[in-house]
Amino acid sequence: MLLIKCPWCGERAETEFSYGGEAGITRPRDPDALSDAEWADYLFNRTNPRGAHEELWNHAHGCRRWFGAERDTVSYVIARTYKLGS
Amino acid sequence: MKYSALNLVRNALTGNRNWTPAWRSPEPAREYDVVIVGGGGHGLATAYYLAKEHGIRRVAVLEKGWIGGGNTGRNTTIVRSNYLWTEASLLYEKSMQLWEGLSQDLNYNVMFSQRGVYNLGHTLQDMRDIERRVSANRLNGIDAEVVTAAQLKTAIPYLDTSPDARYPILGASLQRRAGVARHDAVAWGFARAADSLGVDIIEQCEVTAIRTEQGGVSAVETTRGTIRAGKVGVVVAGNASVLASMAGLRLPVESHPLQAFVSEPLKPVLDTVVMSNAVHGYVSQSDKGELVIGAGIDAYLGYGQRGSFPTIEHTMEAIITLFPIFSRVRMLRLWGGIVDVCPDACPIISKTPVAGLYFNCGWGTGGFKATPGSGWTFAHTIAQDRPHELNAPFDLERFTTGALIDEHGAAAVAH
Ligand SMILES: Cc1cc2nc3c(=O)[nH]c(=O)nc-3n(C[C@H](O)[C@H](O)[C@H](O)COP(=O)(O)OP(=O)(O)OC[C@H]3O[C@@H](n4cnc5c(N)ncnc54)[C@H](O)[C@@H]3O)c2cc1C
Ligand SMILES: [Zn+2]
Repeated sequence: MLLIKCPWCGERAETEFSYGGEAGITRPRDPDALSDAEWADYLFNRTNPRGAHEELWNHAHGCRRWFGAERDTVSYVIARTYKLGS
Repeated sequence: MKYSALNLVRNALTGNRNWTPAWRSPEPAREYDVVIVGGGGHGLATAYYLAKEHGIRRVAVLEKGWIGGGNTGRNTTIVRSNYLWTEASLLYEKSMQLWEGLSQDLNYNVMFSQRGVYNLGHTLQDMRDIERRVSANRLNGIDAEVVTAAQLKTAIPYLDTSPDARYPILGASLQRRAGVARHDAVAWGFARAADSLGVDIIEQCEVTAIRTEQGGVSAVETTRGTIRAGKVGVVVAGNASVLASMAGLRLPVESHPLQAFVSEPLKPVLDTVVMSNAVHGYVSQSDKGELVIGAGIDAYLGYGQRGSFPTIEHTMEAIITLFPIFSRVRMLRLWGGIVDVCPDACPIISKTPVAGLYFNCGWGTGGFKATPGSGWTFAHTIAQDRPHELNAPFDLERFTTGALIDEHGAAAVAH
Protein backbone atom coordinates (compact mmCIF):
# COMPACT_ATOMS: atom_id res chain seq x y z
CA MET A 1 0.00 0.00 0.00
CA LEU A 2 1.38 3.41 -0.96
CA LEU A 3 1.29 6.16 1.61
CA ILE A 4 0.72 9.35 -0.36
CA LYS A 5 1.20 12.81 1.06
CA CYS A 6 -1.56 15.14 -0.06
CA PRO A 7 -0.09 18.67 0.05
CA TRP A 8 -3.20 19.81 1.93
CA CYS A 9 -4.22 16.83 4.08
CA GLY A 10 -0.95 15.05 4.78
CA GLU A 11 -0.21 11.32 4.48
CA ARG A 12 -3.13 9.11 3.54
CA ALA A 13 -3.61 5.59 2.18
CA GLU A 14 -3.42 4.98 -1.56
CA THR A 15 -7.11 4.00 -1.68
CA GLU A 16 -8.12 7.64 -1.01
CA PHE A 17 -6.48 8.78 -4.24
CA SER A 18 -7.01 8.42 -7.95
CA TYR A 19 -4.23 8.51 -10.47
CA GLY A 20 -4.22 11.22 -13.11
CA GLY A 21 -1.41 10.20 -15.45
CA GLU A 22 1.62 12.05 -16.75
CA ALA A 23 1.96 15.65 -15.55
CA GLY A 24 2.87 18.64 -17.68
CA ILE A 25 0.84 17.81 -20.77
CA THR A 26 -0.76 21.09 -21.81
CA ARG A 27 -3.61 21.31 -24.24
CA PRO A 28 -2.34 23.03 -27.39
CA ARG A 29 -3.52 26.66 -27.51
CA ASP A 30 -4.43 26.46 -31.18
CA PRO A 31 -5.38 22.88 -32.12
CA ASP A 32 -6.12 23.90 -35.72
CA ALA A 33 -2.50 24.86 -36.19
CA LEU A 34 -1.33 21.33 -35.40
CA SER A 35 -0.70 18.56 -37.90
CA ASP A 36 -2.52 15.28 -37.35
CA ALA A 37 0.74 13.75 -36.10
CA GLU A 38 1.25 16.54 -33.56
CA TRP A 39 -2.32 16.23 -32.38
CA ALA A 40 -1.90 12.43 -32.04
CA ASP A 41 1.26 12.99 -30.02
CA TYR A 42 -0.61 15.30 -27.64
CA LEU A 43 -3.59 12.97 -27.40
CA PHE A 44 -2.03 9.50 -27.23
CA ASN A 45 1.75 9.38 -26.92
CA ARG A 46 3.20 9.23 -23.43
CA THR A 47 6.72 9.35 -22.02
CA ASN A 48 6.10 6.23 -19.91
CA PRO A 49 9.59 6.25 -18.39
CA ARG A 50 11.24 3.48 -16.44
CA GLY A 51 12.35 5.53 -13.41
CA ALA A 52 11.47 9.04 -12.24
CA HIS A 53 8.01 10.15 -13.37
CA GLU A 54 6.19 13.46 -12.90
CA GLU A 55 2.52 12.65 -12.48
CA LEU A 56 -0.86 13.92 -11.33
CA TRP A 57 -2.89 12.58 -8.44
CA ASN A 58 -6.30 13.53 -7.10
CA HIS A 59 -7.26 13.21 -3.45
CA ALA A 60 -10.60 11.81 -4.59
CA HIS A 61 -11.89 10.59 -1.23
CA GLY A 62 -10.48 13.56 0.71
CA CYS A 63 -10.15 17.20 -0.21
CA ARG A 64 -10.70 16.31 -3.90
CA ARG A 65 -7.85 18.53 -5.01
CA TRP A 66 -5.32 17.74 -7.73
CA PHE A 67 -1.60 17.81 -7.01
CA GLY A 68 1.70 16.79 -8.56
CA ALA A 69 4.01 13.97 -7.52
CA GLU A 70 7.41 12.70 -8.52
CA ARG A 71 7.38 8.92 -8.21
CA ASP A 72 9.82 6.23 -9.30
CA THR A 73 8.01 3.78 -11.58
CA VAL A 74 10.28 0.88 -10.61
CA SER A 75 10.56 1.23 -6.82
CA TYR A 76 7.22 3.13 -6.57
CA VAL A 77 8.90 5.45 -4.02
CA ILE A 78 7.38 8.94 -4.04
CA ALA A 79 10.19 11.49 -3.87
CA ARG A 80 7.89 14.46 -3.36
CA THR A 81 4.38 15.78 -3.81
CA TYR A 82 3.55 19.41 -4.51
CA LYS A 83 0.75 21.87 -5.11
CA LEU A 84 0.34 22.44 -8.83
CA GLY A 85 1.93 25.64 -10.02
CA SER A 86 4.27 25.77 -7.04
CA MET B 1 15.65 -34.77 -31.01
CA LYS B 2 12.04 -35.42 -31.96
CA TYR B 3 9.74 -36.01 -29.02
CA SER B 4 7.78 -39.21 -29.58
CA ALA B 5 6.61 -42.29 -27.71
CA LEU B 6 9.43 -44.24 -29.31
CA ASN B 7 12.07 -41.78 -28.10
CA LEU B 8 10.53 -41.76 -24.63
CA VAL B 9 10.92 -45.53 -24.41
CA ARG B 10 14.40 -45.49 -25.96
CA ASN B 11 15.61 -42.88 -23.46
CA ALA B 12 13.95 -44.58 -20.53
CA LEU B 13 15.83 -47.79 -21.39
CA THR B 14 19.13 -45.91 -21.50
CA GLY B 15 18.64 -44.26 -18.12
CA ASN B 16 17.54 -40.90 -19.56
CA ARG B 17 21.19 -39.96 -20.07
CA ASN B 18 20.93 -39.11 -23.76
CA TRP B 19 18.36 -36.32 -23.85
CA THR B 20 19.77 -33.20 -25.47
CA PRO B 21 18.93 -29.63 -24.34
CA ALA B 22 15.73 -28.33 -25.94
CA TRP B 23 17.66 -25.42 -27.44
CA ARG B 24 21.35 -24.47 -27.80
CA SER B 25 22.84 -21.49 -25.95
CA PRO B 26 25.18 -20.08 -28.61
CA GLU B 27 27.44 -17.07 -28.32
CA PRO B 28 25.94 -14.18 -30.28
CA ALA B 29 27.23 -13.86 -33.85
CA ARG B 30 28.48 -10.45 -35.03
CA GLU B 31 25.62 -10.02 -37.45
CA TYR B 32 22.14 -11.35 -38.21
CA ASP B 33 19.57 -10.73 -40.93
CA VAL B 34 16.95 -10.16 -38.24
CA VAL B 35 17.38 -9.49 -34.53
CA ILE B 36 14.32 -9.96 -32.35
CA VAL B 37 14.49 -8.09 -29.05
CA GLY B 38 12.52 -9.86 -26.32
CA GLY B 39 12.38 -13.60 -25.66
CA GLY B 40 8.77 -13.83 -24.58
CA GLY B 41 6.28 -15.99 -26.42
CA HIS B 42 5.69 -13.32 -29.06
CA GLY B 43 9.39 -12.83 -29.84
CA LEU B 44 10.08 -16.56 -29.99
CA ALA B 45 7.01 -17.15 -32.17
CA THR B 46 8.15 -14.36 -34.49
CA ALA B 47 11.57 -15.99 -34.88
CA TYR B 48 9.98 -19.38 -35.50
CA TYR B 49 7.65 -18.13 -38.23
CA LEU B 50 10.45 -16.05 -39.81
CA ALA B 51 12.42 -19.25 -40.23
CA LYS B 52 9.52 -21.54 -41.06
CA GLU B 53 7.29 -19.38 -43.28
CA HIS B 54 9.80 -16.97 -44.78
CA GLY B 55 13.02 -18.99 -44.89
CA ILE B 56 14.95 -16.34 -42.91
CA ARG B 57 17.21 -18.35 -40.64
CA ARG B 58 19.99 -15.96 -39.67
CA VAL B 59 17.86 -14.78 -36.79
CA ALA B 60 18.67 -14.09 -33.13
CA VAL B 61 16.28 -13.64 -30.23
CA LEU B 62 17.90 -11.46 -27.55
CA GLU B 63 16.44 -11.81 -24.07
CA LYS B 64 17.69 -9.78 -21.12
CA GLY B 65 16.70 -12.41 -18.55
CA TRP B 66 15.53 -15.91 -19.32
CA ILE B 67 13.01 -16.74 -22.04
CA GLY B 68 9.42 -16.63 -20.90
CA GLY B 69 10.39 -14.76 -17.71
CA GLY B 70 8.27 -11.73 -18.64
CA ASN B 71 4.52 -11.66 -19.04
CA THR B 72 4.56 -14.96 -20.93
CA GLY B 73 5.48 -16.85 -17.77
CA ARG B 74 3.36 -14.64 -15.52
CA ASN B 75 -0.02 -14.68 -17.20
CA THR B 76 -3.21 -16.58 -16.42
CA THR B 77 -3.21 -18.31 -19.82
CA ILE B 78 -6.72 -17.59 -21.07
CA VAL B 79 -7.07 -18.10 -24.81
CA ARG B 80 -10.17 -16.94 -26.71
CA SER B 81 -11.07 -15.09 -29.92
CA ASN B 82 -14.47 -13.56 -29.15
CA TYR B 83 -13.57 -9.90 -29.62
CA LEU B 84 -16.13 -7.41 -30.91
CA TRP B 85 -14.70 -5.66 -33.94
CA THR B 86 -13.91 -7.51 -37.16
CA GLU B 87 -10.26 -6.40 -37.22
CA ALA B 88 -9.59 -7.78 -33.74
CA SER B 89 -11.74 -10.90 -34.15
CA LEU B 90 -9.88 -11.96 -37.28
CA LEU B 91 -6.47 -11.41 -35.67
CA TYR B 92 -7.33 -13.39 -32.52
CA GLU B 93 -9.11 -16.05 -34.56
CA LYS B 94 -5.96 -16.53 -36.68
CA SER B 95 -4.23 -17.24 -33.40
CA MET B 96 -6.95 -19.61 -32.29
CA GLN B 97 -6.52 -21.63 -35.47
CA LEU B 98 -2.78 -21.80 -34.93
CA TRP B 99 -3.34 -22.87 -31.29
CA GLU B 100 -5.51 -25.74 -32.49
CA GLY B 101 -2.56 -27.33 -34.29
CA LEU B 102 0.30 -25.90 -32.24
CA SER B 103 1.40 -28.93 -30.21
CA GLN B 104 1.73 -30.97 -33.40
CA ASP B 105 3.37 -28.17 -35.34
CA LEU B 106 5.98 -27.53 -32.62
CA ASN B 107 6.31 -31.19 -31.60
CA TYR B 108 5.88 -29.90 -28.05
CA ASN B 109 2.84 -30.31 -25.84
CA VAL B 110 1.57 -26.82 -25.03
CA MET B 111 -1.36 -28.41 -23.19
CA PHE B 112 -3.93 -26.35 -25.06
CA SER B 113 -7.21 -27.20 -23.39
CA GLN B 114 -10.40 -25.98 -25.05
CA ARG B 115 -12.51 -26.01 -21.92
CA GLY B 116 -14.63 -22.97 -22.83
CA VAL B 117 -14.71 -19.41 -21.53
CA TYR B 118 -17.79 -17.77 -20.03
CA ASN B 119 -18.09 -13.96 -19.88
CA LEU B 120 -20.81 -13.21 -17.34
CA GLY B 121 -23.49 -10.55 -17.67
CA HIS B 122 -24.92 -8.93 -14.54
CA THR B 123 -27.14 -6.18 -15.94
CA LEU B 124 -29.53 -5.74 -18.84
CA GLN B 125 -26.91 -3.63 -20.59
CA ASP B 126 -24.29 -6.38 -20.06
CA MET B 127 -26.68 -8.86 -21.71
CA ARG B 128 -27.35 -6.54 -24.66
CA ASP B 129 -23.60 -6.11 -25.14
CA ILE B 130 -23.12 -9.87 -24.91
CA GLU B 131 -25.80 -10.53 -27.54
CA ARG B 132 -24.26 -7.95 -29.81
CA ARG B 133 -20.77 -9.43 -29.40
CA VAL B 134 -21.98 -13.01 -29.88
CA SER B 135 -23.79 -11.97 -33.06
CA ALA B 136 -20.72 -10.13 -34.32
CA ASN B 137 -18.57 -13.18 -33.61
CA ARG B 138 -20.91 -15.46 -35.54
CA LEU B 139 -20.93 -13.10 -38.53
CA ASN B 140 -17.15 -13.47 -38.50
CA GLY B 141 -17.41 -17.27 -38.38
CA ILE B 142 -16.29 -17.49 -34.75
CA ASP B 143 -18.14 -19.86 -32.43
CA ALA B 144 -20.12 -18.02 -29.78
CA GLU B 145 -23.36 -18.49 -27.92
CA VAL B 146 -25.50 -16.75 -25.33
CA VAL B 147 -26.31 -18.86 -22.28
CA THR B 148 -28.95 -18.20 -19.62
CA ALA B 149 -28.53 -18.12 -15.86
CA ALA B 150 -30.33 -21.47 -15.66
CA GLN B 151 -27.82 -23.04 -18.06
CA LEU B 152 -24.96 -21.56 -16.03
CA LYS B 153 -26.34 -23.12 -12.88
CA THR B 154 -26.07 -26.61 -14.38
CA ALA B 155 -22.78 -26.03 -16.17
CA ILE B 156 -20.97 -24.39 -13.23
CA PRO B 157 -22.69 -25.62 -10.05
CA TYR B 158 -20.62 -23.60 -7.56
CA LEU B 159 -21.17 -20.27 -9.30
CA ASP B 160 -23.55 -18.12 -7.25
CA THR B 161 -26.44 -17.75 -9.67
CA SER B 162 -29.02 -16.93 -6.99
CA PRO B 163 -31.22 -13.94 -7.86
CA ASP B 164 -30.43 -12.27 -4.53
CA ALA B 165 -26.66 -12.27 -5.13
CA ARG B 166 -25.01 -8.87 -4.70
CA TYR B 167 -24.55 -8.65 -8.49
CA PRO B 168 -27.09 -11.14 -9.87
CA ILE B 169 -25.93 -13.13 -12.87
CA LEU B 170 -28.36 -12.84 -15.80
CA GLY B 171 -26.46 -14.93 -18.35
CA ALA B 172 -23.18 -15.12 -20.20
CA SER B 173 -21.44 -15.47 -23.51
CA LEU B 174 -19.72 -18.78 -24.11
CA GLN B 175 -16.97 -19.61 -26.54
CA ARG B 176 -16.49 -23.37 -26.41
CA ARG B 177 -13.28 -23.40 -28.45
CA ALA B 178 -11.68 -21.03 -25.96
CA GLY B 179 -9.69 -22.28 -22.97
CA VAL B 180 -6.20 -22.27 -21.49
CA ALA B 181 -2.68 -23.42 -22.42
CA ARG B 182 0.52 -24.00 -20.48
CA HIS B 183 2.45 -20.71 -20.63
CA ASP B 184 5.98 -22.05 -20.03
CA ALA B 185 5.49 -24.75 -22.62
CA VAL B 186 4.53 -22.11 -25.17
CA ALA B 187 7.83 -20.27 -24.65
CA TRP B 188 9.88 -23.48 -24.56
CA GLY B 189 8.06 -25.07 -27.50
CA PHE B 190 8.56 -22.04 -29.76
CA ALA B 191 12.19 -21.73 -28.59
CA ARG B 192 12.95 -25.35 -29.34
CA ALA B 193 11.23 -25.28 -32.72
CA ALA B 194 12.94 -22.01 -33.73
CA ASP B 195 16.32 -23.30 -32.54
CA SER B 196 15.96 -26.44 -34.62
CA LEU B 197 15.50 -24.20 -37.69
CA GLY B 198 18.77 -22.41 -36.90
CA VAL B 199 17.57 -19.45 -34.82
CA ASP B 200 20.01 -18.37 -32.07
CA ILE B 201 18.31 -17.87 -28.72
CA ILE B 202 20.54 -15.70 -26.58
CA GLU B 203 19.56 -15.25 -22.96
CA GLN B 204 21.12 -12.85 -20.43
CA CYS B 205 21.56 -10.34 -23.24
CA GLU B 206 19.96 -6.95 -22.68
CA VAL B 207 19.62 -4.48 -25.53
CA THR B 208 20.87 -1.10 -24.32
CA ALA B 209 20.84 0.97 -27.53
CA ILE B 210 19.54 0.86 -31.10
CA ARG B 211 21.95 2.16 -33.76
CA THR B 212 20.79 3.72 -37.00
CA GLU B 213 22.61 4.72 -40.20
CA GLN B 214 20.98 6.96 -42.81
CA GLY B 215 17.52 6.64 -41.30
CA GLY B 216 17.70 2.86 -41.15
CA VAL B 217 18.48 0.47 -38.35
CA SER B 218 22.01 -0.98 -38.40
CA ALA B 219 22.82 -2.60 -35.06
CA VAL B 220 21.89 -3.06 -31.45
CA GLU B 221 24.19 -2.52 -28.48
CA THR B 222 23.82 -5.23 -25.86
CA THR B 223 25.34 -6.31 -22.58
CA ARG B 224 27.11 -8.96 -24.69
CA GLY B 225 28.50 -6.55 -27.28
CA THR B 226 27.41 -4.93 -30.53
CA ILE B 227 25.28 -7.05 -32.83
CA ARG B 228 24.74 -5.82 -36.38
CA ALA B 229 21.30 -6.41 -37.86
CA GLY B 230 19.60 -5.98 -41.19
CA LYS B 231 16.26 -5.63 -39.44
CA VAL B 232 15.24 -5.35 -35.79
CA GLY B 233 11.89 -6.45 -34.40
CA VAL B 234 11.13 -5.26 -30.87
CA VAL B 235 8.66 -7.32 -28.79
CA VAL B 236 9.30 -6.39 -25.17
CA ALA B 237 5.76 -5.88 -23.79
CA GLY B 238 5.96 -3.59 -20.73
CA ASN B 239 9.36 -2.22 -21.78
CA ALA B 240 8.20 -1.08 -25.23
CA SER B 241 8.48 2.64 -24.41
CA VAL B 242 12.01 2.14 -23.10
CA LEU B 243 13.14 0.52 -26.36
CA ALA B 244 11.21 3.08 -28.43
CA SER B 245 13.04 5.93 -26.73
CA MET B 246 16.34 4.28 -27.74
CA ALA B 247 15.26 4.90 -31.34
CA GLY B 248 13.89 8.37 -30.63
CA LEU B 249 10.26 7.24 -30.94
CA ARG B 250 7.28 7.88 -28.69
CA LEU B 251 4.50 5.32 -28.29
CA PRO B 252 0.84 5.57 -27.25
CA VAL B 253 1.54 2.94 -24.60
CA GLU B 254 1.64 3.02 -20.81
CA SER B 255 3.06 0.29 -18.57
CA HIS B 256 1.08 -0.89 -15.58
CA PRO B 257 1.43 -3.65 -13.00
CA LEU B 258 -0.96 -6.58 -13.43
CA GLN B 259 -1.12 -9.28 -10.79
CA ALA B 260 -2.08 -12.96 -10.79
CA PHE B 261 -2.68 -15.46 -8.01
CA VAL B 262 -2.72 -19.21 -7.56
CA SER B 263 -4.31 -21.05 -4.67
CA GLU B 264 -3.35 -24.24 -2.92
CA PRO B 265 -4.28 -27.24 -5.13
CA LEU B 266 -7.86 -28.46 -4.83
CA LYS B 267 -9.76 -31.46 -6.13
CA PRO B 268 -11.44 -30.68 -9.49
CA VAL B 269 -14.08 -28.04 -8.84
CA LEU B 270 -14.15 -25.82 -11.94
CA ASP B 271 -13.75 -27.29 -15.42
CA THR B 272 -14.01 -24.08 -17.43
CA VAL B 273 -12.99 -20.42 -17.32
CA VAL B 274 -15.28 -17.81 -15.76
CA MET B 275 -14.81 -14.08 -16.20
CA SER B 276 -16.90 -11.15 -15.05
CA ASN B 277 -16.40 -7.59 -16.24
CA ALA B 278 -18.79 -6.08 -13.73
CA VAL B 279 -17.61 -7.86 -10.59
CA HIS B 280 -14.15 -7.61 -12.12
CA GLY B 281 -12.32 -10.87 -11.70
CA TYR B 282 -11.75 -14.18 -13.43
CA VAL B 283 -10.85 -17.71 -12.41
CA SER B 284 -10.02 -21.12 -13.81
CA GLN B 285 -8.49 -24.28 -12.33
CA SER B 286 -5.13 -25.56 -13.49
CA ASP B 287 -4.45 -29.21 -14.25
CA LYS B 288 -2.53 -29.33 -10.96
CA GLY B 289 -5.69 -28.23 -9.14
CA GLU B 290 -4.75 -24.65 -8.29
CA LEU B 291 -7.26 -21.90 -8.83
CA VAL B 292 -5.71 -19.40 -11.23
CA ILE B 293 -7.06 -15.94 -10.53
CA GLY B 294 -6.69 -12.48 -11.95
CA ALA B 295 -8.41 -9.13 -12.22
CA GLY B 296 -7.51 -5.60 -13.26
CA ILE B 297 -4.36 -3.53 -13.53
CA ASP B 298 -3.09 -1.11 -10.93
CA ALA B 299 -4.08 2.39 -12.04
CA TYR B 300 -0.62 3.94 -11.85
CA LEU B 301 2.40 3.39 -14.09
CA GLY B 302 4.64 0.63 -12.80
CA TYR B 303 7.66 -1.30 -14.00
CA GLY B 304 8.13 -3.06 -10.67
CA GLN B 305 6.56 -6.47 -11.51
CA ARG B 306 4.45 -6.19 -8.40
CA GLY B 307 1.12 -4.57 -7.69
CA SER B 308 -0.65 -3.05 -4.73
CA PHE B 309 -2.44 -4.58 -1.80
CA PRO B 310 -5.80 -2.89 -2.52
CA THR B 311 -5.83 -4.64 -5.90
CA ILE B 312 -5.24 -8.00 -4.22
CA GLU B 313 -8.11 -7.35 -1.83
CA HIS B 314 -10.40 -6.28 -4.66
CA THR B 315 -9.57 -9.39 -6.69
CA MET B 316 -10.33 -11.72 -3.80
CA GLU B 317 -13.63 -9.93 -3.15
CA ALA B 318 -14.62 -10.43 -6.77
CA ILE B 319 -13.83 -14.14 -6.77
CA ILE B 320 -15.67 -14.76 -3.51
CA THR B 321 -18.67 -12.83 -4.81
CA LEU B 322 -18.81 -15.19 -7.80
CA PHE B 323 -17.86 -18.37 -5.91
CA PRO B 324 -18.68 -18.08 -2.19
CA ILE B 325 -17.37 -21.66 -1.80
CA PHE B 326 -13.81 -20.39 -2.40
CA SER B 327 -13.83 -18.12 0.65
CA ARG B 328 -11.68 -20.46 2.74
CA VAL B 329 -9.21 -21.39 0.02
CA ARG B 330 -5.69 -20.16 0.75
CA MET B 331 -3.60 -18.41 -1.86
CA LEU B 332 -0.17 -19.94 -2.42
CA ARG B 333 1.57 -17.41 -4.62
CA LEU B 334 1.05 -14.05 -6.24
CA TRP B 335 3.15 -12.01 -8.61
CA GLY B 336 2.97 -9.17 -11.07
CA GLY B 337 3.85 -8.53 -14.69
CA ILE B 338 4.29 -5.26 -16.57
CA VAL B 339 1.56 -4.82 -19.14
CA ASP B 340 1.77 -2.35 -22.03
CA VAL B 341 -1.64 -0.75 -22.34
CA CYS B 342 -2.83 1.01 -25.51
CA PRO B 343 -5.59 3.65 -25.53
CA ASP B 344 -7.92 1.43 -27.60
CA ALA B 345 -7.04 -1.86 -25.84
CA CYS B 346 -5.61 -3.20 -29.11
CA PRO B 347 -2.03 -4.08 -30.01
CA ILE B 348 0.45 -2.38 -32.32
CA ILE B 349 2.14 -4.67 -34.90
CA SER B 350 3.80 -2.17 -37.11
CA LYS B 351 6.57 -0.68 -39.16
CA THR B 352 8.06 2.48 -37.66
CA PRO B 353 9.46 5.73 -39.13
CA VAL B 354 12.93 4.08 -38.84
CA ALA B 355 13.54 1.78 -41.83
CA GLY B 356 14.09 -1.84 -40.80
CA LEU B 357 12.77 -1.26 -37.26
CA TYR B 358 9.50 -2.90 -36.32
CA PHE B 359 7.48 -2.80 -33.10
CA ASN B 360 5.06 -5.32 -31.68
CA CYS B 361 3.54 -4.12 -28.41
CA GLY B 362 0.45 -2.79 -26.68
CA TRP B 363 -1.02 -6.24 -25.98
CA GLY B 364 -1.63 -5.07 -22.46
CA THR B 365 -3.50 -7.54 -20.33
CA GLY B 366 -4.48 -9.92 -23.12
CA GLY B 367 -1.70 -10.95 -25.45
CA PHE B 368 -0.99 -14.52 -24.37
CA LYS B 369 -3.94 -15.78 -26.42
CA ALA B 370 -2.44 -14.03 -29.43
CA THR B 371 1.07 -15.47 -29.12
CA PRO B 372 1.06 -17.61 -32.31
CA GLY B 373 -0.88 -15.11 -34.43
CA SER B 374 1.17 -12.19 -33.22
CA GLY B 375 4.39 -13.99 -34.16
CA TRP B 376 2.92 -15.10 -37.48
CA THR B 377 1.81 -11.58 -38.54
CA PHE B 378 4.93 -9.88 -37.13
CA ALA B 379 7.18 -12.31 -39.02
CA HIS B 380 5.28 -11.44 -42.21
CA THR B 381 5.61 -7.70 -41.51
CA ILE B 382 9.36 -7.99 -40.96
CA ALA B 383 10.08 -10.39 -43.82
CA GLN B 384 8.01 -8.51 -46.45
CA ASP B 385 8.52 -5.04 -44.98
CA ARG B 386 4.76 -4.55 -45.08
CA PRO B 387 1.97 -5.77 -42.83
CA HIS B 388 -0.18 -8.78 -43.56
CA GLU B 389 -3.81 -7.80 -44.12
CA LEU B 390 -4.61 -9.27 -40.69
CA ASN B 391 -2.35 -6.80 -38.87
CA ALA B 392 -2.55 -3.83 -41.26
CA PRO B 393 -5.28 -2.19 -39.12
CA PHE B 394 -2.97 -2.48 -36.09
CA ASP B 395 -0.28 -0.09 -37.29
CA LEU B 396 1.03 2.94 -35.41
CA GLU B 397 -0.61 5.23 -37.97
CA ARG B 398 -4.06 4.53 -36.58
CA PHE B 399 -3.40 6.95 -33.74
CA THR B 400 -2.83 9.71 -36.29
CA THR B 401 -5.66 8.82 -38.67
CA GLY B 402 -8.05 8.18 -35.80
CA ALA B 403 -8.96 4.67 -37.02
CA LEU B 404 -8.84 3.23 -33.51
CA ILE B 405 -10.24 -0.23 -32.80
CA ASP B 406 -12.08 0.19 -29.53
CA GLU B 407 -11.96 -3.18 -27.82
CA HIS B 408 -12.37 -2.01 -24.22
CA GLY B 409 -15.59 -3.97 -23.88
CA ALA B 410 -14.42 -7.31 -25.22
CA ALA B 411 -10.90 -6.93 -23.87
CA ALA B 412 -12.81 -7.42 -20.64
CA VAL B 413 -11.47 -7.45 -17.12
CA ALA B 414 -7.86 -7.81 -18.30
CA HIS B 415 -6.66 -10.69 -20.58
C1 LIG C 1 -0.78 -11.24 -14.46
C2 LIG C 1 -1.04 -11.31 -15.94
C3 LIG C 1 -2.11 -12.06 -16.41
C4 LIG C 1 -2.35 -12.15 -17.78
N1 LIG C 1 -3.36 -12.97 -18.21
C5 LIG C 1 -3.57 -13.15 -19.53
C6 LIG C 1 -4.52 -14.09 -19.99
O1 LIG C 1 -5.19 -14.77 -19.19
N2 LIG C 1 -4.71 -14.22 -21.33
C7 LIG C 1 -3.99 -13.49 -22.23
O2 LIG C 1 -4.23 -13.62 -23.43
N3 LIG C 1 -3.02 -12.61 -21.83
C8 LIG C 1 -2.80 -12.43 -20.50
N4 LIG C 1 -1.83 -11.55 -20.08
C9 LIG C 1 -1.07 -10.76 -21.07
C10 LIG C 1 0.05 -11.59 -21.67
O3 LIG C 1 0.82 -12.19 -20.65
C11 LIG C 1 0.97 -10.72 -22.53
O4 LIG C 1 0.23 -9.89 -23.41
C12 LIG C 1 1.89 -11.58 -23.39
O5 LIG C 1 2.41 -12.66 -22.66
C13 LIG C 1 3.01 -10.73 -23.94
O6 LIG C 1 3.99 -11.57 -24.51
P1 LIG C 1 5.35 -10.97 -25.00
O7 LIG C 1 6.14 -12.07 -25.53
O8 LIG C 1 5.04 -9.81 -25.89
O9 LIG C 1 5.96 -10.31 -23.67
P2 LIG C 1 6.90 -10.91 -22.52
O10 LIG C 1 6.61 -12.32 -22.24
O11 LIG C 1 6.83 -9.94 -21.38
O12 LIG C 1 8.32 -10.86 -23.19
C14 LIG C 1 9.05 -9.67 -23.37
C15 LIG C 1 10.49 -9.99 -23.04
O13 LIG C 1 11.30 -8.90 -23.39
C16 LIG C 1 12.39 -8.90 -22.51
N5 LIG C 1 13.04 -7.59 -22.55
C17 LIG C 1 12.59 -6.41 -22.06
N6 LIG C 1 13.50 -5.44 -22.27
C18 LIG C 1 14.54 -6.00 -22.92
C19 LIG C 1 15.78 -5.50 -23.41
N7 LIG C 1 16.13 -4.21 -23.27
N8 LIG C 1 16.63 -6.37 -24.03
C20 LIG C 1 16.29 -7.69 -24.18
N9 LIG C 1 15.13 -8.20 -23.72
C21 LIG C 1 14.26 -7.37 -23.10
C22 LIG C 1 11.75 -9.22 -21.17
O14 LIG C 1 12.70 -9.71 -20.24
C23 LIG C 1 10.71 -10.25 -21.55
O15 LIG C 1 11.14 -11.58 -21.37
C24 LIG C 1 -1.54 -11.43 -18.69
C25 LIG C 1 -0.47 -10.67 -18.23
C26 LIG C 1 -0.21 -10.62 -16.86
C27 LIG C 1 0.96 -9.81 -16.37
ZN1 LIG D 1 -6.24 16.16 0.35
